[in-house]
Amino acid sequence: MSVLEAIVEVRGLRKVYAAKPPVVAVDGIDLSVKDGEIYGLLGPNGAGKTTTISIATTRAVATSGSVCIAGVDVLKHAALARRSIGVVPQYNTLDRSCTVEENIQFHCLYFGMSRAEARTRTAQLLDQFRLTDKAKAYPASLSGGLAQRLQIARAIAHRPRVLFLDEPSAGLDPQSRIAMWEAVRGLRDEGITVVLTTHYMEEADELCDRLSIIDHGKILIEDTPAALKARIGGEKMVDLKLASTATARDLIAKLQSVAGVTGVETTADGVRVLVKAEDGIIERVVTASAGFGVRDLATTEPTLETVFIKMTGRELRE
Amino acid sequence: MAIDQAMMGRRVSYSRAFAGLMMRDLYVLRREIGPFLVRVCMNPLLFLFVFTYIMPHMSGGAALNPTASMAASAGANFSTVLLPGLMAVAIMFSGIAAVALPLAQEFGVTREIDDRVMCPLPIEAVAIEKIVFSAVQSLIAAGIVFPLAYYVPSTPVAAHVTSWWFLAVVLVLASLLAGALGLTIGTAVNPKQIGLIFGVVLMPITFLGCVYYPWTALEHIHWLQLGVLVNPIVYMSEGLRASLTPALGHMNEAIILGMLVFFLVLLTWLGLKGFRRRVVG
Repeated sequence: MSVLEAIVEVRGLRKVYAAKPPVVAVDGIDLSVKDGEIYGLLGPNGAGKTTTISIATTRAVATSGSVCIAGVDVLKHAALARRSIGVVPQYNTLDRSCTVEENIQFHCLYFGMSRAEARTRTAQLLDQFRLTDKAKAYPASLSGGLAQRLQIARAIAHRPRVLFLDEPSAGLDPQSRIAMWEAVRGLRDEGITVVLTTHYMEEADELCDRLSIIDHGKILIEDTPAALKARIGGEKMVDLKLASTATARDLIAKLQSVAGVTGVETTADGVRVLVKAEDGIIERVVTASAGFGVRDLATTEPTLETVFIKMTGRELRE
Repeated sequence: MAIDQAMMGRRVSYSRAFAGLMMRDLYVLRREIGPFLVRVCMNPLLFLFVFTYIMPHMSGGAALNPTASMAASAGANFSTVLLPGLMAVAIMFSGIAAVALPLAQEFGVTREIDDRVMCPLPIEAVAIEKIVFSAVQSLIAAGIVFPLAYYVPSTPVAAHVTSWWFLAVVLVLASLLAGALGLTIGTAVNPKQIGLIFGVVLMPITFLGCVYYPWTALEHIHWLQLGVLVNPIVYMSEGLRASLTPALGHMNEAIILGMLVFFLVLLTWLGLKGFRRRVVG
């Protein structure tokens, strides 16, 4: 396989669930994930992210289209493809009858390692994911964050080429989420390609090398987080908090005539000004606002959320 | 050549994964051997105690014993009727307890199965492993019930094995059949309603499964004698009756084997279909 070749190649993927009327969950998705990158599928709940991942990981049958992982046709050779795939689903699928250690160890045996190899690999993973002191604990006693880490450790135990993470931070507290992000970045350093779904903008922005925004089963746009943000025209948001919103209307009229301002709207306690990111712009906005009782000013770089809103016309549902 | 190698590699990978699954199940069974033994022993022990110990000690106990006269005419007693019957029940219940109940829990609550089907072997093989492992448990259960049913009754059991081969084949087929039945039930039933299975399926097939009476004894209730033929438990108990207590009278051996194979194939097919439907969206 050449270096440039994609490790995950999805072509014309469609999934229609038989119902009345039929539900189109995935509507012609094309994806190509490069070896070694962290790739994100960003979209609201019900956008088709999980279905796409389920098909790519042999857990669901496609209505049409193809998925190739590490050169293996996933839809035709599911059992073979599973050797190159690690999966962490949204929910906890840990073996409740086995300890933390045994969960990883048996996973290694399923994937053909000898007992000795399995033991070595387990010890190494427990150490890597800081689970060694929980080795003898049962999954039921683990916190959400620990269970998630164990699921990731188990999923990569057979050294898959690609790891699929479905909503990895769902239900995690902020601290566990940051620990999980660290673990995922560590995987990239090991050369494991990561494909994750999320509906957290922050997560996509923080983790992904490239991402697709997906809605209603279709990919709306695909690029690096930085490029996606740049697409909304190098704009910044300036939020002005006013002592009183009574005069906001006059302020908006005044701001609209300022050079470099591309849009103004009211917020709960003031106005939001969309401006071109150019020298002197803040100064001009502040000068124009003199006499309107500005109490505070905050500038925000464009976020993926702004991109998403621009693409779909609505906010991400949480 | 390359294809041959790929096929070989695939076979090795499949068999290792299968062995891994078996190893995990045996490991967990070994750890939970206590509850397993209690589960296997409780039903036959109580049954034997009441029907073959308490009742014969009661005055007029024989009158309470439904097959006493029939068994007596064959030179045997109710204990002899129960030996193969209770073994069949133990085999059948092991299949339910080893496959149907855990599956209902996995489909309904834990979703552990979603990880197990990510093993590098065909999804059907994961289900087959469940049947095979369940059969192992059934064989152990049958092995435990035999001495109980032989030694607990206060009246002697007339057991005589004419063909060890026939016994072995019946035991293996019955055990696999129980696993296949467990798989079919576990995948067909809504996990929330698995409790109903005891009343709606297990009780009828046990009580109408020629467990507590030989099939030949049903000759005076002809419609029932024909009706129970759709019940796979009949062939399990009759098969054991033919191989362990032949003096009592039993169904034809060839028919027993044929029907055990028929139900094994049917239920395995249904179970595998249900399993695939459940785990692949």
